[in-house]
Amino acid sequence: MTILLQFVIGLLFGLGLVVAGMSNPAKVLNFLDVGAIPAGTWDASLAFVMAGAIAVTFVGYRLVLRQSRPLFGERFHVPTAKELDNRILLGPAIFGIGWGLAGFCPGPALTALGTGGQPAWIFVAAMFAGMAGARWLANRPAAPAAGPRHA
Amino acid sequence: MTMTPTDFTPFASLLGGALIGAAAVAMMAGTGRIAGISGFAVRLLPPYTENGFAGRLAFLLGIVLAPLLVGFATGSMPVPVIEAGTPVLVLAGLLVGFGAVWGNGCTSGHGVCGISRLSMRSIVATLVFMATAVATVFLTRHVL
Repeated sequence: MTILLQFVIGLLFGLGLVVAGMSNPAKVLNFLDVGAIPAGTWDASLAFVMAGAIAVTFVGYRLVLRQSRPLFGERFHVPTAKELDNRILLGPAIFGIGWGLAGFCPGPALTALGTGGQPAWIFVAAMFAGMAGARWLANRPAAPAAGPRHA
Repeated sequence: MTMTPTDFTPFASLLGGALIGAAAVAMMAGTGRIAGISGFAVRLLPPYTENGFAGRLAFLLGIVLAPLLVGFATGSMPVPVIEAGTPVLVLAGLLVGFGAVWGNGCTSGHGVCGISRLSMRSIVATLVFMATAVATVFLTRHVL
C-alpha cells in the first residue's frame, strides 16, 4: 500500500516539476542567470515554483504534523539537527556549482531520463557516483590522530 | 556558451510549485518522511541500513514516469533542453550528487521541505546553493 502511495506521490511530484518548467535545464539556467536582467532575458519563473511549493508545504506540514502519526508509519521523521557545521555549508556550495553548470538538480534530472536522451543518463549516472562518493567519505572510519596529542 | 531563451511562465510555475508542495505534504502525511529527492536516491545505493527500499524506488520511479503522464494528457512529450556537453554533464552530476549528500539535502529537501519547517540549516543551505549556482552561471555566461 505505501509502495503504491509513494509511486503516486512521485508521479505528482514529477508532474509538478514538468508543469512548473523546472524539468527544463535551459529554463533553470535562465532563472539563475541574474546577469541577464539588463538584457531582459532573465526568466523569473522559478521563483514562483519556490513560492507555490513553500506556501502549500508550509500550511500542509502544520496540519499534518498536528496528527499523532502518519497514516502508514509509526512516527514522523523530521530532522532535528540544529548546528551549522561545515557540511551544511560545503555540501550546498558544491551542489550549487553543479546545479549552475548543467541546470539539473536531482528531481528534474530524473524526469529527464525518459525524454532527455543520453545527456540525461550521463548526468544521472554521474550524480549517483557523486552520491556514492559523499556517502563513502562520510561513513569512512575516522583517521587515526597524527601523533600523540599530549606528551 | 549556448543560451536558449525561455518564456516567463508565472502561473504554470506557481501551479507546478503547488503540486510539488502537495506531493511533499502527502509524503509527510502518508509515510512521515521529508520528500527529499537526494535522500531517497542515495538510499537506493548500498549499504542498506534501513527498510523501505521498494517504496523509495516507487517514489523515484513515479518522478521518472511523470513526463509520460503529461505526454498522454497533452499529446506532446515535454522535452528538456540540455545545453551542456558531456564533460560538463559529468562534472555537474558528480558535484550535484556529492554536494546534495554531503549537505544532507537538495532543492527539495532543503529548499522546499526544510524552509517550510523554518529549519535554520535548510535556510542556510538554500541561500548557499542559490548563491553558488547564480555565481556559476554568471561566470560561465558572462565572464569566461
